[in-house]
Amino acid sequence: MGGTAPLDRTSPVFDYAPAPESRSVVDLRSSYGLFIDGQFVEPVAGGSFKTISPATEEVLAEVAEADEADVDLAVRAARRAYTRTWSRMSGRERGKYLFRIARILQERSRELAVLETLDNGKPIRESRDVDVPLAAAHFFYYAGWADKLRYAFPGRDPRPLGVAGQVIPWNFPLLMLAWKIAPALACGNTVVLKPAETTPLSALLFAEICRQADLPPGVVNIVTGAGDTGRAVVAHPDVDKVAFTGSTDVGRQIARAVAGTEKRLTLELGGKAANIVFDDAPVDQAVEGIVDGIFFNQGHVCCAGSRLLVQESVADEVLERLKRRMSTLRVGDPMDKNTDVGAINSAEQLAKIRELSDIGEQEGADRWSPPCDLPSQGFWFPPTVFTGVSQAHRIAREEIFGPVLSVLTFRTPAEAVEKANNTPYGLSAGVWSDKGSRILWTADRLRAGVVWANTFNKLDPTSPFGGYKESGYGREGGRHGLEGYLR
Amino acid sequence: MTRIDVRKTYKLAIGGAFPRSESGRSYEVTDASGGFLANAAHASRKDARDAVVAARKAFPGWSARTAYNRGQVVYRVAEVLEGRRAQLAEEVQRAEGATRRVSEGLVDAAVDRLVWYAGWADKLAQVVGGTNPVAAPYFDFSVPEPTGVVGVLAPQESSLLGLVSVVAPAVVTGNTVVVAASVRRPLPAVTFAEVLATSDVPGGVVNVLTGLLTDTAPTLASHLDVNALDLTGALGDPDGATALEADAAENLKRVRRPAQDDWATDPGLDRMTWLLETKTVWHPIGT
Repeated sequence: MGGTAPLDRTSPVFDYAPAPESRSVVDLRSSYGLFIDGQFVEPVAGGSFKTISPATEEVLAEVAEADEADVDLAVRAARRAYTRTWSRMSGRERGKYLFRIARILQERSRELAVLETLDNGKPIRESRDVDVPLAAAHFFYYAGWADKLRYAFPGRDPRPLGVAGQVIPWNFPLLMLAWKIAPALACGNTVVLKPAETTPLSALLFAEICRQADLPPGVVNIVTGAGDTGRAVVAHPDVDKVAFTGSTDVGRQIARAVAGTEKRLTLELGGKAANIVFDDAPVDQAVEGIVDGIFFNQGHVCCAGSRLLVQESVADEVLERLKRRMSTLRVGDPMDKNTDVGAINSAEQLAKIRELSDIGEQEGADRWSPPCDLPSQGFWFPPTVFTGVSQAHRIAREEIFGPVLSVLTFRTPAEAVEKANNTPYGLSAGVWSDKGSRILWTADRLRAGVVWANTFNKLDPTSPFGGYKESGYGREGGRHGLEGYLR
Repeated sequence: MTRIDVRKTYKLAIGGAFPRSESGRSYEVTDASGGFLANAAHASRKDARDAVVAARKAFPGWSARTAYNRGQVVYRVAEVLEGRRAQLAEEVQRAEGATRRVSEGLVDAAVDRLVWYAGWADKLAQVVGGTNPVAAPYFDFSVPEPTGVVGVLAPQESSLLGLVSVVAPAVVTGNTVVVAASVRRPLPAVTFAEVLATSDVPGGVVNVLTGLLTDTAPTLASHLDVNALDLTGALGDPDGATALEADAAENLKRVRRPAQDDWATDPGLDRMTWLLETKTVWHPIGT
């Protein structure tokens, strides 16, 4: 299929013919209501906002904006569903609904992947191969727990909390929804979920999936909106549990807001992960891991390996190969199946990445990006690496949440650990070495919730994920992920 | 004129195929009140050995599947079994002499049991495995692994729910199975084998033998390539069970003695855990 381009045998870089995924599989509506009590409803005050494709700035749809009154209706629906239906149902039957949802997510995977890429800007390859299959796997996994909770916590009689208010970010819209909703429902809670204002569409398609699964009305409610909507969810007095994924600043506000209440809280917040490369690391693999660690999903990843700590003796070699590898990254149309790095999710986020990168230069670090043509429409930032970074630089301390890597060096394993832990965050870390004992020695000393050894950014429904320190508290995934939704 | 119905030949299930017994033998299966139902295959010792070979051949692939994948496959079995609900309810009704309603309930329970076990595939390791805080600089962890080929004598009374309840836990944990179906009520087992064959279960993972136990059971008990022996179906024949357990000692098979099981209750973990080996790995920690 397709034409054949003349082969240029002198060039080490291949040209790729465009391989765009078709949009036709997605049926976009011009406007979306709120999903409350099993129905799409208009918001009480009638507010709305637009969601755009960050790759083209095209308006995709008009989405309802929920205010306090709408959130109240959603919480009431969730409470009714909890009291009358969901908390009375056996775990076995609850699980069957979740299995159904998992299956429908698998069945409609292509549609979900295209929609996610349109609304978020991430490469179709990622939404197709990572976000959507993992979201389905999460539902499948937690479906199985619904009737096995007493095995998860021997000696306890685990019971649900009630209504969970959940607020999720824009970097993995459907996957974060799955991380929140699947364990909550499996444990017998009902939910009111607020997706991020820049990426509401996959959550609204998920609402349709709940209907296809005949999920009882009110068990899942989706309220769209921005920060005020999220605050209303968190502040609602009839919410028993708040779960939030997002920035550390907002996490702090939420922790303050629930102070003095009976609400349970789990937070999955920012990170500034160290990716430690020892001198005995398999260099090619490490370079792939570094690239995957920071450029996956445009660096919009809370566990991104945004600080490369490389042992001094191999720093030059690693950097040279890293830059060579970065030169082959294909940045551009997220709908193209060959694209490695897609669009930055919003103008606001792009401004933040630009600001911190400029500060990096002003503070004296050396900035480098491979030559790449960025589209004229949409929000774009090239893969960027800073060398000569010190621990005091803001680009070494603050979460940039973009495709920007800061490189620091170290001489001894102890120094690597010292530098890796020198951050208020503690979400994840990477270790690259051929020596198993050194990997485990390092992992033992890292104050981070997830440590990847000779790999990076691996996620699985069975594997607990979450942070130390100011990266939040609570774990999502695995048996541990049930804990936040049970009393 | 009334239409003459087309009746099914009930055969064995070995290695993904449905052969007759190599011996050419069959035996008459009757319903609960003695009426003729079918001539089922009467498996020979050679059939049992062939089934063990098929199970052994399937073991490396099946046990190497991810737990997630095994869970999906067993869940798929539940989906397909639900679709055969009417057929199996009728077969269970004839075999067990129960009312239609009770038989449907038994099929539903069998479907639910498969869903229950499907969910365990990727959870059991977190419940029965873990890290061991040894008093030395070692990272030490224990993981469950399947024991291998399991010979199963399925319960004699509960022709479908009982069968599913002994086969599913072995399969979901990554073992492969040769199961001798209920002697007098074998037909639902053959239909269940057809469900398995259309459910993404690789051929050889579950092999179903029908016929008298006089040939198959001693072959499974003494076969040196069988790792575990479930004697559930020998309930009511204590002398026979003892002889089989003694045969199984030759290569130290794990043996589950016959016991009165209540198939209606939460099965717990032990039908999975007895078929698991615990592997403990030590790895030094240090720069």
